[in-house]
Amino acid sequence: MSSINQLLLEAKSVTKYFGTITALENVNLKIHAGECLGVVGDNGAGKTTLMKVLSGLYKPSSGSLYFDGKKEILESPKDSQELGLEMVYQDLALAGNLPIGENIFLGREPTKNLGFIKLLDFKKIKELTDAHLGKLKINVKSADQKVEELSGGQRQAVAIARSTAFNAKVVIMDEPTAALAIKEVGKVLDLINSLKKTGVGVIVISHRMDDIFAVCDRVMALFQGTNFAESELSKTSRDEVIGWIMGKK
Amino acid sequence: MDNKEQEKDSLYLKLIPYFDRYGILLLLLIMIVVMHFLQPDVFLSWRNVTNVFKQISWQSMLALGVFMVIVTAGIDLSVGSIMMLSLMILAIVAKAGAPWFVVAMTPLIAGLICGLINGLGITILRMPHPFIMTLGTLYIFRGTGNLISGGTPISGFTDEVRYLGHGRIDLTWLGLEKSQYLPVSLVLIAIVYIIFWVFMNHTRTGKWIYAIGGNPSAARASGVNVNKILVIVYSLCGFLSGIGALILAGRTDSGYPNAGLQSELDAIAACIIGGASFFGGRGTVLGVFAGVMIMGILRNGLNLMDVSSFWQQVLIGSIIVLAVYIDVLRRDLGTRK
Repeated sequence: MSSINQLLLEAKSVTKYFGTITALENVNLKIHAGECLGVVGDNGAGKTTLMKVLSGLYKPSSGSLYFDGKKEILESPKDSQELGLEMVYQDLALAGNLPIGENIFLGREPTKNLGFIKLLDFKKIKELTDAHLGKLKINVKSADQKVEELSGGQRQAVAIARSTAFNAKVVIMDEPTAALAIKEVGKVLDLINSLKKTGVGVIVISHRMDDIFAVCDRVMALFQGTNFAESELSKTSRDEVIGWIMGKK
Repeated sequence: MDNKEQEKDSLYLKLIPYFDRYGILLLLLIMIVVMHFLQPDVFLSWRNVTNVFKQISWQSMLALGVFMVIVTAGIDLSVGSIMMLSLMILAIVAKAGAPWFVVAMTPLIAGLICGLINGLGITILRMPHPFIMTLGTLYIFRGTGNLISGGTPISGFTDEVRYLGHGRIDLTWLGLEKSQYLPVSLVLIAIVYIIFWVFMNHTRTGKWIYAIGGNPSAARASGVNVNKILVIVYSLCGFLSGIGALILAGRTDSGYPNAGLQSELDAIAACIIGGASFFGGRGTVLGVFAGVMIMGILRNGLNLMDVSSFWQQVLIGSIIVLAVYIDVLRRDLGTRK
């Protein structure tokens, strides 16, 4: 486990142009171990572009990214995954027809050798899944349950479990509670809190002030592609953050 | 939701996986029992049972190939044509006097290449739907088969080439009569189905095939090379059609232009009856086998009872609709309110 307060990821003066449009201009971002950073901003403020730069989907026009203090140039999302950065997508990238465990390990399934044939090791998948779900205190009937039988909140929990099953250091969540019933929001927020306790740095993009104030330690606001404001959560208020989103200080 | 409703709900949820897995086998069993009572002397006789297996032998290969394609939410309309083209190539190579093992290999290779063409066309040419690519190759492969053979049957193969489709495994050493032999094609069906059951359920590639059918973007986000898997699936489907051609060559001792005509529809029907979903991600190898058996037994039983083949068409069509309707009802029960 990384020690608390260790700087995991830093973006320094990231600028991104799309043709003549400036999507991001000199944006800075830091995320520490065991910390949750809330990123807020109106539509078009540059949140999604910034996250796509962090995950390697877009290359910045200028500026640089530092993972564990080391400057890295990302060619694809695979590069950022190898450095320990995972995205949890809004549309929940899960296959509903497969059980929970097989979703968590999809693409990285443990196998055992039978002669020279590699067969899936279902026992190991189940053990690892149970252990991982237990660590995150995610309650499901069984790891063998199909994802399509789960509620929206449980699916979101599986998606988050998936993103952290392979020693993720930083997890980016895009509107993690947007599609959920109100009673399930709390469970996902609890999950984010238990993730923090394992030393993972969490970046949450959200419009919901309730979410930001329930899990985040710091909040930063983007406005028209620039760092507009940033504060420790304890030193600000909902009204102030809503003001930032609208471009008022 | 009150307690009683919850109880009912959980009972449904508990039963659904069993219906999912074994419901189709139940239907098969019922059919066998009904046929036995309708034709008590003939239907379950050694001769008739082996006959059913011989009749379904090549269809079962096409159905298995189409099944894997359907699991990816795709479709392969060209399997009948692949089988015909592979059969024609086999016949020409046999007539040219090639040794038997070369002759036996040709349909397998030809089928594999045809499937590869489908797979590459769907992925590299970025066809909007596999329906279009395989509809095209349905015509292309059959046309090619007719071009190279001149559209006339080519008959007469050696016993080695005919072994898979025509061979008999003698069981007299078990104290059975000479007429109670085991068709080689039955053993072949068993071996191929077991191999593909292991492939689909116990290998990473098999899991990824299901994942692609369930949610292709999830598979992609998980690092699965979706296009590569699709090419493998269509190639395997072509390969199985090639095995079908080799069996058919043994059964009929002839390469003929009408081979496999409309059998892509039989293959699709067997998959649907067997519980594979057209939307992908759902279905089992066992289910496909049951689907093939149901169609085979229906045809056989109706033939035994001298029912016209026109009625067979009507009945098979009705079973397709009924099987899918049962699936719709089942899904209604399983939906969480």
